[in-house]
Amino acid sequence: MARRRLSYTYQLSLEKRITEFFIMIAGLWTFSVQFFKYVFVPPYEVYEVRKHMNELGIRTFPIVSVTGFIIGLVVAMQTQPVLARFGAESNLPGSVGISIVRELGPVITALIFAGRVSSGIGAELGSMRVTEQIDAMEVGAINPFKFLVVTRIFACTFILPVLTVYVIFISLFGAYVAVLLVQNMTFEFYLGSVLKSVEFGDAIPGILKTFVFGFIVGVVGTYKGYTTTNGTEGVGKASTTAVVVSSLLILIFDMILVKITLWLWPTV
Amino acid sequence: MLRIQNLSKRFNSKVVLDDVSFEAKDGENLVILGRSGTGKSVLLKCIVRLLEPDSGQIFIENKNVLSLNIKELNELRKQIGFLFQSAALYDSMSVRHNLEFPLVRNFEFTPKEREEKIVSVLEKVSLLEAIDKMPSELSGGMRKRVGLARAIITEPKLMLYDEPTTGLDPITSKEISMLILELQKSLKMTSVVVTHDLLCAEIIADRAIMLNEGKIIFDGSLEDMTSSNDEFLIQFFKHEILNKSETTNV
Repeated sequence: MARRRLSYTYQLSLEKRITEFFIMIAGLWTFSVQFFKYVFVPPYEVYEVRKHMNELGIRTFPIVSVTGFIIGLVVAMQTQPVLARFGAESNLPGSVGISIVRELGPVITALIFAGRVSSGIGAELGSMRVTEQIDAMEVGAINPFKFLVVTRIFACTFILPVLTVYVIFISLFGAYVAVLLVQNMTFEFYLGSVLKSVEFGDAIPGILKTFVFGFIVGVVGTYKGYTTTNGTEGVGKASTTAVVVSSLLILIFDMILVKITLWLWPTV
Repeated sequence: MLRIQNLSKRFNSKVVLDDVSFEAKDGENLVILGRSGTGKSVLLKCIVRLLEPDSGQIFIENKNVLSLNIKELNELRKQIGFLFQSAALYDSMSVRHNLEFPLVRNFEFTPKEREEKIVSVLEKVSLLEAIDKMPSELSGGMRKRVGLARAIITEPKLMLYDEPTTGLDPITSKEISMLILELQKSLKMTSVVVTHDLLCAEIIADRAIMLNEGKIIFDGSLEDMTSSNDEFLIQFFKHEILNKSETTNV
């Protein structure tokens, strides 16, 4: 009897979760459509966008710097013995460079950005929702979606590629430090080897997909915050789920975008 | 000024407003009393369409609020002031920017005119010294005053107050109520005040409505309401008077 009741409760909870999942997907889609509806309509919130870009950039800068450096270092340390096994140690700068530029740099930066920014936006808008600040804007004949949501999504979309380029350089520097530990190589030679291996076609898809990742982080964070319910408990939940959902979506879209890139440009 | 006809609103199976009808005349101070959870705040939110009612009509200056498109609704909202229960000040903005925000967004004032208006409303609520403070640096009473200043800075014709004295001590509560009355007289606005604070109602009310379980059970003067023989009203005022004497003693 108890087991049957437990199973029934689990089934109810599962049904609720599935329903919530589809509501969220519909909500994220609506938010994305609304973004494109409002982003081209004046007044353009240039000041707000600039402010958010500064805040987001500064908020993420220290952590992406440290992570980028360590990732570069570790990837080079891990790759070096493998290449040594095949007598291809001289290819280390090139292979590490390609890994960082094509995949690791963009994805790691996006995941860190999601963890830092998505939760922050979720908590910020969530607390504005529960303290009636968003309602106050609406009653004051101000479009809160345009002022709070569009500006943040826009800022996320355009600041992430900038951070990614920075992280790629920091990671390459980290990789150079690892190379120095096993080989005596000048930085000029190392950079030359990297640039010889990494083509323009490697960098472009990697950077371009970070616009999509930034958009995902912005949409998920604002959606979770903007639709917060249940007071302060809801704010915490919005903040946490924003990170989980945006990280998951980044990985899913990465898979899709890599496939599309390889399909469109098989030689890239 | 404001006319509500047969307004109903339910959340799932719970009926919050049940066929509510009343009117607020130009320049009148209408107080809506009732226990917590009887639909008072929902009623105010329906008036400004933060919530959509299930049925009924809302007229403000003979405009049917529920049939307006978003552009028309925003034009109407510019003539309405709303003081939220929590004051709802924008956390990330100073007092000055909180007050400036609606002026910048909705009106075409010069910076000098904006500054004059900000100083003028802050003087009205006796908070000029807090002009550059952040909301987190203000006490509950001060936040309410700034919220009030933000609501009246656009010189609305209709002012809606959602529990303006909740969470305040009796002295500050009385000061806020007096301030609301003063502002109403000087600006000649129509006010709808939702509260369960009897002292506040006594100071402000020209007319009072009692809501219970989503229905209007009394509409008339506050004196008539307090002397009514209705069992619910007797109980309500008995508890309110007890609460008032307890807080005063504390």
